[in-house]
Amino acid sequence: MSTENENEAGLLRPEALAEAVKQAAAAIEAAANLEELAAAKSATLGDKAPVSLARRAIGSIPGKERGEAGRNVNAARAEITAVFEARKEILEAAEAARILREETVDVTARTPRRRQGARHPINVQMDRIADLFAAMGYAIGEGPEVELEWFNFDALNIHPDHPARTMMDTFHIADGKGEYGSNMVLRTHTSTVQIHTMLTQEPPIYTVAPGRVYRTDEVDATHSPVFHQTEGLVVDEGITMADLKGTLDHFAKSVFGPDAITRLRPSYFPFTEPSAEVDVWFAAHKDGPRWIEWGGCGMVNPRVLRACGIDPDVYSGFAFGMGVERALMLRHGITDLRDIIDGDVRFPTGLKVEE
Amino acid sequence: MRIPVSWLAEYADLPPDLTTEALDAALVESGLEVEEVDDLRGRVTGPLVVGRVASIEELTEFKKPIRHCHVEVGEAEPRSIICGARNFGEGDLVVVALPGAELPGGFRIASRKTYGRLSDGMICSARELGVSDDHEGIIVLPDGEVGADARPLVGLDDVVFELAITPDMGYCFSVRGIAREVAHRLGVAFTDPAAKATEPTATEVPPYPVRVETDGCTRFTLREVRDVDANAASPEWMAKRLAQAGMRPLGLAVDVTNYLMLELGHPLHAFDRDALEDVMVVRRARPGETLKTLDDVERMLDPEDMVICDGTGPLSLAGVMGGQTSEVGPNTRNVLIEAAHWNPVAIARTSRRHRLTSEASKRYERGADPALSLLAAQRAAELLVEYGGGTLVDEVADVDHREPAAPIVMPVDLPSRTVGVDYDRELVVSMLEAAGCTVVGGIVKEGTVEGGDVLTVTPASWRPDLTDPADLVEEVVRLHGYAHVPSATPRAIAGTGLTAAQRRRRRVARALADNGFVETYTFPFVSRDRADELGLDEKDPQREAVAVLNPLDDAAPLLRTTVLATLVNAVRLNLARGARDLAVFEEGLVFQPADGWTDLEVVELPVAKRPEDEAVAAAIRRLPVQPRHVAAVLCGQAVPAGVDAPGRAVDWADAIEAAEVVAEASGVTLDVAQGEAAPWHPGRCAALRVDGVVVGHAGELHPEVCERLGLPRRTAAMEMAISALPLQDLAPAPVISHFPVTLIDVALVVAESVPAGEVEAALREGAGDLLEDLHLFDVYRDAKLGEGRKSLAFKLELRAADRTLTNEEGVAVRDAAVAVAAERFGASIRV
Repeated sequence: MSTENENEAGLLRPEALAEAVKQAAAAIEAAANLEELAAAKSATLGDKAPVSLARRAIGSIPGKERGEAGRNVNAARAEITAVFEARKEILEAAEAARILREETVDVTARTPRRRQGARHPINVQMDRIADLFAAMGYAIGEGPEVELEWFNFDALNIHPDHPARTMMDTFHIADGKGEYGSNMVLRTHTSTVQIHTMLTQEPPIYTVAPGRVYRTDEVDATHSPVFHQTEGLVVDEGITMADLKGTLDHFAKSVFGPDAITRLRPSYFPFTEPSAEVDVWFAAHKDGPRWIEWGGCGMVNPRVLRACGIDPDVYSGFAFGMGVERALMLRHGITDLRDIIDGDVRFPTGLKVEE
Repeated sequence: MRIPVSWLAEYADLPPDLTTEALDAALVESGLEVEEVDDLRGRVTGPLVVGRVASIEELTEFKKPIRHCHVEVGEAEPRSIICGARNFGEGDLVVVALPGAELPGGFRIASRKTYGRLSDGMICSARELGVSDDHEGIIVLPDGEVGADARPLVGLDDVVFELAITPDMGYCFSVRGIAREVAHRLGVAFTDPAAKATEPTATEVPPYPVRVETDGCTRFTLREVRDVDANAASPEWMAKRLAQAGMRPLGLAVDVTNYLMLELGHPLHAFDRDALEDVMVVRRARPGETLKTLDDVERMLDPEDMVICDGTGPLSLAGVMGGQTSEVGPNTRNVLIEAAHWNPVAIARTSRRHRLTSEASKRYERGADPALSLLAAQRAAELLVEYGGGTLVDEVADVDHREPAAPIVMPVDLPSRTVGVDYDRELVVSMLEAAGCTVVGGIVKEGTVEGGDVLTVTPASWRPDLTDPADLVEEVVRLHGYAHVPSATPRAIAGTGLTAAQRRRRRVARALADNGFVETYTFPFVSRDRADELGLDEKDPQREAVAVLNPLDDAAPLLRTTVLATLVNAVRLNLARGARDLAVFEEGLVFQPADGWTDLEVVELPVAKRPEDEAVAAAIRRLPVQPRHVAAVLCGQAVPAGVDAPGRAVDWADAIEAAEVVAEASGVTLDVAQGEAAPWHPGRCAALRVDGVVVGHAGELHPEVCERLGLPRRTAAMEMAISALPLQDLAPAPVISHFPVTLIDVALVVAESVPAGEVEAALREGAGDLLEDLHLFDVYRDAKLGEGRKSLAFKLELRAADRTLTNEEGVAVRDAAVAVAAERFGASIRV
């Protein structure tokens, strides 16, 4: 028996095994990180570790002692392994924590990666109006913006010599020679859609037509040559001015809030008779609750019905027209119309309107 | 129309406790829109008193003559006041603003030292008090009590309402009309100012020979006053009212005609009788005739214009404006007062033709009361005699071509049916009578009356606007009060909501906004240069534009044919305001002249009945085609450089993606092909096709276009005709296979000029139904590939609906796909 074997056999002594476990545990516990732990593992459980050498020494002792010696070595090894696993768990957790710590960023130091888009509040406003009336069963009417004078004036009972024809400051379309006489204009009101609707549909007609209109007004804080209106038209049997008032009240509440009510003032439009201006009570006005001018309305003039082939003895109707910009300005306390129309992207992105 | 309350009160018996607010409400409820309430009582605050000039000391040591006055103002001692005016003398009554008073414009009066003397107040001119713009000198009062409040004496004790008169209420361009409305609304007595004179009877011989040769003149009356001081100062009360109404006193004869026009609503004209030659003739103008009107404009007359002439030719543009030759002048002694009534349409046309609107034309156009012509002339003559001396000539001219007003037959229940208020018969009749109508129950026929459920209504002479039963309905509801109209709950009907096209428009806008584009809108007006700036080819149809005859900006007379043509204006505005990274879009109409529209006849459509469909269609053919486009412009950074990344600049692909957003929101599949169109970069432009039809373009803008329009280099843009996109119908549902996907990569070498999109299309075509998806993942260039060649690497995703594909099947699909690409472009598999 070589000296080496004698030494290894000596490792099988219980005291020696206990000492090996003790030293191994100390070495493992001393590992400060997973790297050191791996080294410690190799030193305490690897081929050259005392418990491994002890196992190999089992063959060199008498057969009857081998059983117990094997159990002792296994127990010692299991003890070291348990210490190792416990340490590993701790160090792994610490490592994971370290990585998370190191990955920490300042979430407030961020550059947006997404462009902010927005719809234009005027168009949103018109969509909402369309939705309100669609919910009441109305159709949404449309018409061209360059319009025949007949649709813009004549059929609406504004004959060529009518004073109202000069009241509306109209953009005329040049004829082929660049002169007057094309018979076409940029529509001055959405009332043209009334005519298109009545020429192509039979009553009952319930239509609302939001759209763009043109007048020769220079741009200032309250005027624009291009602006938007919402036209409403109802033609049915037994329609009265009370129906008009009820519809306007409903409309007003949706635009100006549940407290809104309307007031009719006598006025004049060639295409309605009787005609009225509509005021609305706006409780949330920035300068305090008050009546504000909202638009025009009236009972469709029987002359207009006749021009569209609708028998005024059977049908009656009402029509109304409201400025979209004005309502938007009032609702949001906008004092300068130019903010709405000049195309600055800060207006749509800055004014959040519900769609 | 400006109307002082005191003048109104002369004819409407206003309650003494009536507040300005209540009167305002009454006017508004009558249909008279109050534009402004001018409370003259507040124009000057603090002490403004009548003073008597006790002494005047002329100070001559200054650059201009200055007066040092002592003025009695009802205090123990006269006040020392410095004054620069010279139109007064010792003993005159003047208006004095004492320290503490504040004049219009925030001018505060205080005691101060000036020109070496104490000035302890100010002697005022009419302009300084804001009474009129007269600053010829200070006001010298005819009478007054020293120390008393001077406001009533200079007209500052009144409230003036400025009213907007709608075209159907022409009679309210007068105190008479407004007083009638207010009296009705307040339930007080109305006194007709017309009753102040009695209509004389026309005499065999007129005061001046006159011939009326046109049917456009309904009535022509003349009165004459001889040996009158036509330029005498008007009486204080008249001058005050004219000033309050916004007119300058100009001398008695002219003032009287203006005053009566305001009071009665009937224009009058004063001629210098001695300036007239031969017979006065009322006729249409002759071709080539001219007239220099009072506004100093030489006017070429139209044969439709009506003129009043004498032997020398036209004297006056009838109903619109007088001429210069026959006006009352400094030496006028004999005045001929003319009061005529004219066809409103003729006056409107003349006024429009000459772009000349006068106080007279405004009233004639909307209908003056022809019953008042001679009465007005009579009253004018009487006032001239009273305040200017002279003799009223006995002769009276009255050429009367008036027709009786046509009666209107209206069912008694029409107002109730129209308004939804149960008006009883009595109320309907009384409201119509309040409007001045004569009302008879039943239909009047040859002197007998039939039927009981209708009314035969004859409108008053001052209401030419009442022609239809509907007009009478408005009078009933207006005079009864719009406040009585109830609010009926709206009826719901069976609607179908938005149309597919309308829903699509919204989805497109919403999708672009969600993808970081800001919606904006621009005015559709463009300059003639814009087409050049956009680099449009000489023959580009987008150069064909509709022009506005009267643009606001002469530099931008055309209507846009593309949305981009104006959307770039919004981009420029934002850049000018400091923005750098932009993504904007606009949806709107563009205007393309209809084919050969200038050669198409203008179709006259009727209004008395519905036009035939063919006639409407023929008329509409001349209208420009007005499709709806959407356009987007991007510039600057698509992704901003930031703390964590270098960012990414906008490029051509961003514009194509915008188009894809539109296509996706519209439910259509977009084919992107290499294209070439202005204003895009010729090598970086995609033609966008749907079902083989080009619907727009996208890519980088041409560098020269960017240069010309002041846009940053590499600005990208897209424009699509959304009205050209087909609307989705019943689309088939996709087949969802549960079998695994087979991925095969293939790299193809093709010539540099072959667009990747076309290779992709070829692969897609060759692969057939088993191809689920296909995309380009690498473009590679290397000398080994050969000069002018590139390698395109595609990933094919294959899947069958009913089985797992074998490798052999996969390879077969790939080979079939490559075969098409090879055949079409000579593509070979890169090894």
